[in-house]
Amino acid sequence: MASWGEASESRLIGKRIPRLSGRDKVTGKAKYTFDINRPGMLYGRILRSEVAHANVVGVDLSEAEALPGVKAVIQIVEVGNKIRYQGQEIAAVAAETDDIAKDAIRLIRVDVEELPYVVTEEDAMRENAPQIRDDWAGNQSNPNVREEGDINAGFEQAAVEVEATYHTPVQTHVCLETHGNVAEWEDEQNLTVWASTQGVFGVRDDLAGSFNLPVNQVRVITEHMGGGFGSKFGPGVEGRRVAELARITGRPVKLMLTRKAEHLVAGNRPSMTQHVRAGATSDGRIIAYDMKGHGTGGISSGAGFQAPYVYHVPNRRTERVNVAVNVGNQRAMRAPGHPQGAFAMDSLMDELAEKLGMNPLEFRRINDPSEVRQAQYTLGAQEIGWHRRNSVPGAGKGVKKRGIGVGSGQWGGGGGRGTQARVTINADGTVEAVTGTQDIGTGIRTAIAIIVAEEFGLAPTDITVKVGDSGPGLRSGGSGGSQTTPSVAPVIKTAAAAAKQKLFERIAPQLNAPVGDMRVGNRTIYVVSDRTKTIKWELATGQLGMESISEGGEWDEELRQDRVAGTQFAEVEVDTETGAISVIKIVAVQDCGLAINRLTTESQINGGVIMGLGQALLEERFMDAQTGRMLNANLEDYKVPGTFEIPEIKSIVFDTHRKVTGVGEPPCIPTLGAIANAVYNAIGVRIRSLPITPDKVLDALAAEKA
Amino acid sequence: MPDKEKKTGTNISRRSFLKGVGTGTVAATVAPSVLIGSEKETEAQAGDAVASATIQLNINGKPYQVEVEARTTLLTVLRDGMDTSGKNIDLTGAKLICDRGECGGCTVMVDGKTVYACMMLAMDAQDTQITTVEGLADGDDLHPIQEAFIQHDALMCGFCTPGFVVSSAALLSENTKPTLEEIKVGLSGNTCRCGTYPFIFDAVKSASKKM
Ligand code: FES
Ligand code: FES
Repeated sequence: MASWGEASESRLIGKRIPRLSGRDKVTGKAKYTFDINRPGMLYGRILRSEVAHANVVGVDLSEAEALPGVKAVIQIVEVGNKIRYQGQEIAAVAAETDDIAKDAIRLIRVDVEELPYVVTEEDAMRENAPQIRDDWAGNQSNPNVREEGDINAGFEQAAVEVEATYHTPVQTHVCLETHGNVAEWEDEQNLTVWASTQGVFGVRDDLAGSFNLPVNQVRVITEHMGGGFGSKFGPGVEGRRVAELARITGRPVKLMLTRKAEHLVAGNRPSMTQHVRAGATSDGRIIAYDMKGHGTGGISSGAGFQAPYVYHVPNRRTERVNVAVNVGNQRAMRAPGHPQGAFAMDSLMDELAEKLGMNPLEFRRINDPSEVRQAQYTLGAQEIGWHRRNSVPGAGKGVKKRGIGVGSGQWGGGGGRGTQARVTINADGTVEAVTGTQDIGTGIRTAIAIIVAEEFGLAPTDITVKVGDSGPGLRSGGSGGSQTTPSVAPVIKTAAAAAKQKLFERIAPQLNAPVGDMRVGNRTIYVVSDRTKTIKWELATGQLGMESISEGGEWDEELRQDRVAGTQFAEVEVDTETGAISVIKIVAVQDCGLAINRLTTESQINGGVIMGLGQALLEERFMDAQTGRMLNANLEDYKVPGTFEIPEIKSIVFDTHRKVTGVGEPPCIPTLGAIANAVYNAIGVRIRSLPITPDKVLDALAAEKA
Repeated sequence: MPDKEKKTGTNISRRSFLKGVGTGTVAATVAPSVLIGSEKETEAQAGDAVASATIQLNINGKPYQVEVEARTTLLTVLRDGMDTSGKNIDLTGAKLICDRGECGGCTVMVDGKTVYACMMLAMDAQDTQITTVEGLADGDDLHPIQEAFIQHDALMCGFCTPGFVVSSAALLSENTKPTLEEIKVGLSGNTCRCGTYPFIFDAVKSASKKM
């Protein structure tokens, strides 16, 4: 049975190893899609709608086409088409410079006949609201109802009940490298695209389909990528259109979205509003849960969320609907459906515990079926100093009040089949690992090097890792669902092991030892039963002559683990005069399985916590009901965490077994509930709507006083 | 920047447009200046003749002759510019992220002070010494802050990293032993979405010990 071996035997796996791309990234040498400059390259831009709902009556490209420096203009909407949200693509241009492209899109004339629109859920759900989807009565999908147990019997057993409404607004991904591509046709049949994507093969297959080409005549390259968080799968409208512009002009074209378009059309996390009624027994069991909720994913569906979440509730009924609004569509965003569900559930848990007069952590212990989280509660509580929390919420003295809270999360991240890889040993001792995955900032490139280096007794820097290119035809899945490491690592491991086996076979005659008796040491191969028999790595590989060893690998279920649990504790300080909240400390205890690289795993946890903090305290997409436009489609009014918001973060890699799993998503889940509960513990007034901004704090404190 | 209203071939002003929408069905002829709305409107009028000039910029100790328009930003020159001999300058370390002085992704040093290259006109950068992230290392020897960023994993996707590296280097050149608070203030003009801040703080602290 394949295994990662014991921790004590690992030289590299599980250690803190700086990432291989570090040098290129700190010197500015790393080339992102945005940085690709091809000879003769043109710049593309897209004209987008500023109206939320309209019929297109006329499009006139002629002035734009006549502008010197403009090489192509293409129309994306046809007369008679409907525009359904701000930001929808109308036309695209390619020009000699980006400034000319900008000028050109201003010269495109578009006549529209505006239609009534709704851009907020309240407006969409109002009686007599304009109907914006023919297939949804009242702008709402059919309710998705689920029932388990007997909810009425459950409520009868309940000693206490809580009824509350929890809300999280739409959050946008804010990838710092906007979506975009550089497209170049080698000839009419061969297309190369540099794509800012989480899935090079997904982009390849889509473009091959769009242009009716065999897949092996489209090559997609993603050397480095500036953030995706779930929003960068497939080429999108901009990717297909830039390839078209490149084809028409016969020149390479770069087209990156503007910051504004990135907010409007490149995806978002749907909102959530849930009305819950829940009951618990006097001995502290949640016994009944009744939830009716909705959210919006824009004009499309996809506004699901987890409810109830992680804790065991025997009797429950849930009802969810999607609400349509004239706004750009949602896309998967870091743990889709989980952070918002976790915020509501963890708030509810604290509210129930308080009614029972129970410590919220004790209440969780009773209701949490996860053994891993039970252990994490103990560890996290110690780290944060749980005993320091206010036993009476809001009881702290002074203007600035502190509080402590807890939240929980759960994710899959077990990976799957579908990755092909090759590990090659050359006669000069160099080693190459190639696979079609992409490094979106998680550090998979370095993880691959670590695994191969461990297997061969080399250093990670000795391994040349080639990822982010569909050219070699070694397919791998998109980097989503925290699946990359658990999908890729087992294949790399088995490929490296197979290559090592081959090398052993080749040098067995020379060492005069059975293959089963051979091991790798530090840049050497030796024989266990006779330590005098050793051969240096380069001498061993020198035997290969013209025949390099090149082996593929198999995904092996035994090497990875699904389902990870996480718990976080937050300490906050609330200024009761200004309403300002500072997060003092977060303790994140994250189930990580076998962390191939402890350093980059800690980075992932930090990053998840910080994104969760943004959602808890800062981030919200504002839609203006009057104009149908987004009011904060930029980086100053849409606020993401900056240096001042960063607390002390204690990221605990909770590795209780030796199987790999993915942790890209799970650490962003428990943060929201932990912070919201800490704010309550500090001020004694509960805020059930995120983000918890100073105005909400002051309003809540004022309402409490009144 | 002032928001100069543009009316390119339109018979409807922004005001009357805004009045018209959101009040039920209106038939509106929406001209492009309205449709594209808040794309940077301070740029040269579409179709106007734009003044250009050849200027010299000193970047990372090297002189470059470049032809620029009045509206061309320093960032555009660094990333997309060509010197008059037709060679791409290709200094793409500095990134355009927010395009309005909010994120620090385009940070470079001009005469030793950090500036947002997206907010500076190329013409205004004449007669200065410009240092980009590509110019921080001394040959193969990295600047201590670059080394510290690598060792502390102060980067993930790395898209914000050049901006943070330049800002951190500038901070350390003014204050060799910054406290955590001073680091937060010094880097408050930079944004990272991946959430590398804790390790950036560690990196700056550790580099400061070597300064
Ligand atoms: S791109 Fe210049 S500050 Fe953001
Ligand atoms: S490392 Fe990705 S944005 Fe900072």
